[in-house]
Amino acid sequence: MAEPKTATIEAEERVATTFRAQVFGSIARQKLFAFASLIVLMVFFGFASPAFMQVENLLGILQSTAVNGVLAIASTFVIITAGIDLSVGTLMTFCAVMAGVFLTNWQLPLWTGVLAAIATGAMSGLLSGTFVAKLKLPPFIATLGMMLVNKGLALVVAGDKPIYFSDSENFSTISQGSMIGYVLPSLPVPNSVLILFVLAIAASAVLSRTALGRYTFALGSNEEAVRLSGVNVDRWKITIYVLAGAICGVAGLLIASRLNSAQPALGQGYELEAIAAVVIGGTSLSGGTGTVLGTIIGAFIMSVLTNGLRILSVPQEWQIVVTGVIIILAVYIDILRRRKL
Amino acid sequence: MSPLVSVQNVSKNFPGVRALSRVSFELLAGEVHALVGENGAGKSTLMKILAGIYPRDGGEILYNGELVNFASPRAAQMMGIGIIHQELQLMNHLTVAQNIFIGREPPGRLGVFLDEDKLNRQAREILAHMHLKLDPRAIVGGLTVAKQQMVEIAKALSFNSRVLIMDEPTAALNNAEIAELFNIIRELKARGVGIVYISHKMDELKQISDRVTVLRDGHYVATVPTATPLDTIIGMMVGRTLKEDVQHPPLVAPRGEVVLEVRNLNCGPLVRNVGFTLRRGEILGFAGLMGAGRTEVARAIFGADRIESGEIIVRGAAASIKSPADAVALGIGYLSEDRKRFGLAVGMDVASNVVMATLARHLKFKFVLRQQAIRATVESFIRLLSIRTPSATQQVGLLSGGNQQKVVIAKWLARDCDILFFDEPTRGIDVGAKAEIHKLLRSLADQGKAIVMISSELPEILRMSDRIAVMCEGCITGVLEWKGATQERIMQLATQREKAKAA
Repeated sequence: MAEPKTATIEAEERVATTFRAQVFGSIARQKLFAFASLIVLMVFFGFASPAFMQVENLLGILQSTAVNGVLAIASTFVIITAGIDLSVGTLMTFCAVMAGVFLTNWQLPLWTGVLAAIATGAMSGLLSGTFVAKLKLPPFIATLGMMLVNKGLALVVAGDKPIYFSDSENFSTISQGSMIGYVLPSLPVPNSVLILFVLAIAASAVLSRTALGRYTFALGSNEEAVRLSGVNVDRWKITIYVLAGAICGVAGLLIASRLNSAQPALGQGYELEAIAAVVIGGTSLSGGTGTVLGTIIGAFIMSVLTNGLRILSVPQEWQIVVTGVIIILAVYIDILRRRKL
Repeated sequence: MSPLVSVQNVSKNFPGVRALSRVSFELLAGEVHALVGENGAGKSTLMKILAGIYPRDGGEILYNGELVNFASPRAAQMMGIGIIHQELQLMNHLTVAQNIFIGREPPGRLGVFLDEDKLNRQAREILAHMHLKLDPRAIVGGLTVAKQQMVEIAKALSFNSRVLIMDEPTAALNNAEIAELFNIIRELKARGVGIVYISHKMDELKQISDRVTVLRDGHYVATVPTATPLDTIIGMMVGRTLKEDVQHPPLVAPRGEVVLEVRNLNCGPLVRNVGFTLRRGEILGFAGLMGAGRTEVARAIFGADRIESGEIIVRGAAASIKSPADAVALGIGYLSEDRKRFGLAVGMDVASNVVMATLARHLKFKFVLRQQAIRATVESFIRLLSIRTPSATQQVGLLSGGNQQKVVIAKWLARDCDILFFDEPTRGIDVGAKAEIHKLLRSLADQGKAIVMISSELPEILRMSDRIAVMCEGCITGVLEWKGATQERIMQLATQREKAKAA
C-alpha cells in the first residue's frame, strides 16, 4: 500500500503547486506586470516629451495620484470582500463639503474640519455596510444608492456652490505643504503624497497583520464558512465599510485642500477610476485576494497615463477613450496569462 | 452509561415542509453512530439543529445530561459540538492555520496585530496531536479534498470537541484517503469523542460504525446495531425491502459497431497517450483513484480542454473537436459530476433545463419560443425517464438529487446524443434513486446508446460495466472484461505507477 500513497502525495503536491501558482503567483505576477507597465509608460512618455521627466511634472503626477490613490485604498478593502463600493467618489465630495461647513461656515478650528470629514465618511460607510450586512442588499445597489445620496447631500449642504477655505490659512497645507521639503529642501514632496504613502503602509499592515484584515480576505474567500466558524460576519463587514468610508474622508480633505475649496459638483467618476486602479493592481473582483501595493501601482499607472497624454497634447476627450482601452487591455492581458498556466 | 447527547422529540418546520417530526436520537461517548436515510429524510437538518445552525421548533436536547439551547454555531462549538459539513466550509485563500483559528486568532503585539508564528505553532500542535500530516502554512485552496477535510477535522477538534458530526465525509475521497480518515475516526473514538456519521455508503457504515439510526421522511424509524443485515437497514430507509442484489453482474447486451475510437490522446499531465474504443450498446466503466485523469479524458474528448495530440474517430470518421459545441454536434454528451455547477440551471424550471441544449428546435422565426412544442418534449421525457416532479414548471433546485440527474440526462437525450459520458452519475444520490439511475443507464445502453461511466465506487463499476478501463496518473493501465474483473484487479491496475510512467 506504500506505493499508491506516494503516488497520491506527489499528485497532491503537483495540484497544490499549480493552484498556488495560479492564484497566488498570479497576484505577484500581476503586481510585477503592473509595475513593469508603469515603468514602460514612464520611459515612453519620457522619450516622447522632455517635459514629462521634469521634476515639477513628476511632482504633479504624485500630487494628482494622492486623491485617486487614497480612494483606491478604500475600494481595495471592499473589493477584497467580494463587494464593490460605488459611493467613494461622491462621498469624498460630501466629506470635503462637511469640512467646509465646519471651517468656513462655522469658523471652527482646523482639527474639527478634519474630524468632520473623516466622521462623515465613516457614517456613510456605516450606512452602506449596514445595508449590505443587515438588509442583505447587494453591495452594488447599496453603494449606488449611497453614491446618489452623498452627491445630493453635498449639493444641498453646499447650496449648489463651492465653499472656499479662504479663512483657514493652514487648510491648504494639508495637501500642498511639504513636511519632507521642510527637512530635505531638495525634495519638496507635497504632504498629500506623504499622506498617501503613510495610509498605504497602514492599510497594508491592517490587511496582512490584523484580525480585520484576516476577516476581509476570509469574507471574500468564503463568507458562509466564516459565518459557520462563529465569526460575527455582519459586524466585521460593517467595520470594513466604515473604514473604507473614513478613508474617503481623508481623500475629501486632500482634494479640498488642493483646490482650497469644496466643489460639490465634483466626485462622480472617481469611484470608477478607483476600481480601475484596484483591478489593474491585481485585486480580484471576485474577492479573496489583493494587495494595497498593487492598488498604489495601479493608481500611478492611471495618473501617468492621464498626465502623459496631456503633455503629448492628446485632446481630453481622447484621453478618456485611451484610459478606457487601457483598463480593458490590462485586465485582458491578466486573463490571458492566467489561461496559459 | 448515560448518553453524551440525547435528542428528544425534536421537530422542525421549513416553509411548507415538515422536515423533522418528533425525532429522537442518542449518542454515547466513544461511539460512532451512523445516521442514515434517503435524501430528504432529515439527517442533515437534525444535525444542523444539534450544531446550533438551525433553531428547533419543538423538543429537547440534553448534552451531558443538561438541557441545552444553542443560539449559534459558535455556542455549540464552545460547548464541544463540532460539525463537518458535506460541502466543506473553508476559506480557500487562507492558510491551514488561519482556517483553523478563524474567529479565535491569538492576540499578538499591542493586542492589534496578529501573531502568525504563534498561530502556526498552535496549529502545528493540534495537527501533531491528531497525527495529521499537514503544513499549517499551506494555502487551503491548494490541498486535495482529503486534506481539506483534515483541516475541518482539526478545526473542529481545536475546540476540544466531545461530539463530532460528519456529513458525508467520504463523498469525495478515494479508498486510501478513506482508510486514513477511518484511522482518525478510530483514534477519536478511543479518546471518548462521540461521532455522528452520515453517509449513503452502506459498506462504510459496516466498517466504521457501532450503531445505526434510520430516519425516513423526517420521522425516526429505528436504532439498530451495525451488525443488522444490510437489507433490513435499507428496507427501513426506503420503507420497503430492496430485492435487488447489489453484486448483480451486468446484463450483457449484444454489442454493436465501434462508435468512438480514441488514439494516443494527450492533454495536460493527466491525459497521456490515452486510447480506447466504445461500442454501441455497451457501458464502458472508467475506474481509477481520484486524480487519475478520468474526468480529464472526458473533458478532452468533449472539447472542454484543448487536446495536444491524438485522434478521435467518431462513427468511423476522424473528428476535429475544438469545443463542446463540436462534440454535441457529433452526438456526444458529457454529464458532469458537479450537476449543480455544470449541468443545471438550478433556479430555472424543469422544462427550461430539458430544452436548454435544443432550444433552437423549439423556436419559430428563429426567435420566439414555441411553448407547446417545449411542453410536449418535456412531458415526453418526464414520462420516459419517470422524473418525479409535480410539474414541468417545478424549479429544478427543489427536486431530489436523483431526479436532478434525470433532468440532465433528459437534456442530452433531447439533443439526440448517442455517445454519453457520465461522470460519477450517482454521487450524492440516495440508495433507492441510485438503483433507478443504474437501471436507466442500462436501458439506454440496451437502446443502442454508447455509454462511458466514470465512477469512484468499485461496486458500481463492477455492477454496471460491460468493460472496465482503469486509469492511473493519466494513462489507461488496463481494460478488463466484466467477467474477469474484481475489486482487487482494478485496484492493482489503478496503482500501477511504473506502467503509467513507462507509457
